[in-house]
Amino acid sequence: MKIGVYVCHCGGNISEVVNIKEVMAFAEKQGDVVMVKDHAHVCSDVGRNMVIEDIKVQGLDKVVVAACSPQFHGKTFMATVDKAGLNPYVMEMANIREQCSWPHYSLPEMATQKAKDIIHMAIAKVRLDEPLARKTSPIGKRVLVVGAGIAGIQAALDLGDAEFKVYLVEKEASIGGKMVKLARTFPTEDCAACILSPKMADVPANSNIELMTNAEIEEVKGYLGNYDITVLKRPRYVDIDKCTACNDCTDVCPVVVPNEHDEGLTSRKAIYIANPIAVPHAYILDDKSCLGLFPLACTKCFDACEPGAINYDEKPQRLHFTVDTIIVATGYDIFDAREKKVYNFGPAENIITALDMERMIVHEAEGSPIRDIGKRIAFIQCVGSRDEQAGNEYCSRICCMYATKLSQLMKRADPKRDVYVFYTDLRAYGKGFEEYYKRAANTGVKFVRGRVAELFEDPVTKKVLLKAEDTLSRQIIESEFDLVVLSVGMQPGEGTKKIADQLHLIKSPGGFLQEAHPKFRPVDTLTDGVFICGCAQGPKDIPDTVAQASAAAARAIRLMNKGEYEVDPITAIVDEDLCCGCGTCVSVCPYDAIKTEMRADKRVAKVNEILCQGCGSCSAACPSGASQQHWFRTHQLRAMITAALGQEES
Amino acid sequence: MVKKMIISSENEEFMRKIIELSGEIVTMCDQCGTCSGGCPMVGEMDITPSQLMRLAQLGVSDVLDSRTIWVCASCFTCTVRCPRGLDVSKVAEAMRQIILRQAIDRIDIRAIPKEELEKLPQIAMVSACRKFTS
Repeated sequence: MKIGVYVCHCGGNISEVVNIKEVMAFAEKQGDVVMVKDHAHVCSDVGRNMVIEDIKVQGLDKVVVAACSPQFHGKTFMATVDKAGLNPYVMEMANIREQCSWPHYSLPEMATQKAKDIIHMAIAKVRLDEPLARKTSPIGKRVLVVGAGIAGIQAALDLGDAEFKVYLVEKEASIGGKMVKLARTFPTEDCAACILSPKMADVPANSNIELMTNAEIEEVKGYLGNYDITVLKRPRYVDIDKCTACNDCTDVCPVVVPNEHDEGLTSRKAIYIANPIAVPHAYILDDKSCLGLFPLACTKCFDACEPGAINYDEKPQRLHFTVDTIIVATGYDIFDAREKKVYNFGPAENIITALDMERMIVHEAEGSPIRDIGKRIAFIQCVGSRDEQAGNEYCSRICCMYATKLSQLMKRADPKRDVYVFYTDLRAYGKGFEEYYKRAANTGVKFVRGRVAELFEDPVTKKVLLKAEDTLSRQIIESEFDLVVLSVGMQPGEGTKKIADQLHLIKSPGGFLQEAHPKFRPVDTLTDGVFICGCAQGPKDIPDTVAQASAAAARAIRLMNKGEYEVDPITAIVDEDLCCGCGTCVSVCPYDAIKTEMRADKRVAKVNEILCQGCGSCSAACPSGASQQHWFRTHQLRAMITAALGQEES
Repeated sequence: MVKKMIISSENEEFMRKIIELSGEIVTMCDQCGTCSGGCPMVGEMDITPSQLMRLAQLGVSDVLDSRTIWVCASCFTCTVRCPRGLDVSKVAEAMRQIILRQAIDRIDIRAIPKEELEKLPQIAMVSACRKFTS
């Protein structure tokens, strides 16, 4: 056996902590190791060619790459040894970056010792590695897109246009998400509804997209290429095809409740249309506020509906279908400003959120103002963002620019208004943002550098007293405003939390969904065939969301387009001589990949290698040690443990 | 006239001393001003609490001459509100300690007139001795 060991410097990431020379000298002393080399970047073209050359010329039959995590470059080096004619599974990666030099940067000597141990373990394992045959499995062209905000819409349209079958599931009555509520979009000041409505209309017009509104994902089973989806479609009580959106039902409905589309600032009826550009453009009966359906308390809307679209007997429906890949676009919720007690949001009528302001500006522009905005207005930035007290350390990225937008829209609508923006840092990082910020300053908006400490509403005048430090002049500001707008940040939506549990997706520290790699796999997840985009992944603006949605669609297409995909050969295997047919493995398998069957005179477990995802649950649970996992067999792991303990194999 | 600020290695040393004494990583302060805006004593101070943090970051030892470090009542309003989780009152305490440890007292108890001493609550006297004397 000829083992080659390659130690990577990772451009200093490893070599600045770990003593490479010492590690190499250690590796050279190990049995079967015929060659030890180092390189600044083994993953580079030069580095990889060096490995290929050695395999071919020196006749290496096993390779250890001591570098980063296999999660990061495992595939790279598998392809490298494959190119040289070796089976990809006789290559081991020793992770001396994420598991060594990065966390132990302050202890270089101990890190060097640990690097040796890690490499020792990898050599012990690679000796016992055997070639594994790769298999392929067929894959179809069906995609589930969860959430139909701008991210979900964009992904669905891209996939539909590319002739993929899309199931688009939205929990609200209409698609469009949060963007549908916005007045304008920064920095171009396009009317949000005007640019969104054609896209929304394209969804039902696309024959490849099956849209399900007022519906939620109830259950997801299966795996890449074979996800079984159950969707719970709540009753709408209005037939979408028959409804002509004539408004006769709303006119007669006696129930008045706050309108969610206007953040509760206006009211709606119990039977209503979600928003003026709603898709599907049909009414919906809100059964929570309706006078009563069981038993029926009022039939005014039914009587008024000429096309006979209303059906009080509609029941929740469960829809089942199978898809090959899933795109998660579940978006965000705005930070609940009531949690920030010092700002007195909720009881005070002149302290509002920026989303309230968006709706007020829309209504003002339409000539039907909801309320008087006043003359002296203050925006407060970073409400629920960059704030450990609020539990959110991250920057929400959009608030600086939407406040810049709203403040100058208000100022231009009425130049007599006195508008202030109280900020911590003003982040105008995007294309055209700095120019837009400059434009706001030119309009006369005053930017004050200081995070507001407290807000009080005068119980009589209802004016809001604001206390803050102007950190540039070092003066304490105590002034009254007619209206204070809280620039609330983003946080992961309820839907995002739910889908993360259903699909077993990992969350980042802020609670948003974690991408497979922040740089190179920004829309992939560690679950094969599941992609993420938009604010479910992290706070971002509309252009970034749309770009990510298209990226997610492209990544899904890349996986499905070939019609087959390579199945990882790391699956479970059962030693039939040892197996006693107890079925423990069958009960623990999350993929239904194991069945027991009669073989000669006894019952044994049988693994379906296409279904098996190599999670290892059965191997861990098997009481007789009959169930093993390729590439992680007991004797291989034992050899690694022996090496880790500094012992020689017996 | 605008004063020139010279930042030398002594500043770094002073900053480290503050961090060591207070246990607060003063470089973490992002100068948002929340502490100053809500400080109930700020009207009595010569520099604001966030300015105190700024001078601590830059290691400007002139901060020890400020009235602010003595006026801070350690009410912790700033501490519970700081978005970065810093304890500004600990930083002020560290600055007081630098002075007090040189046996330089802020108050002279003997100088307080007898009539006033009789009127002062005991607890105020004890607190004052703890805070202002070495």
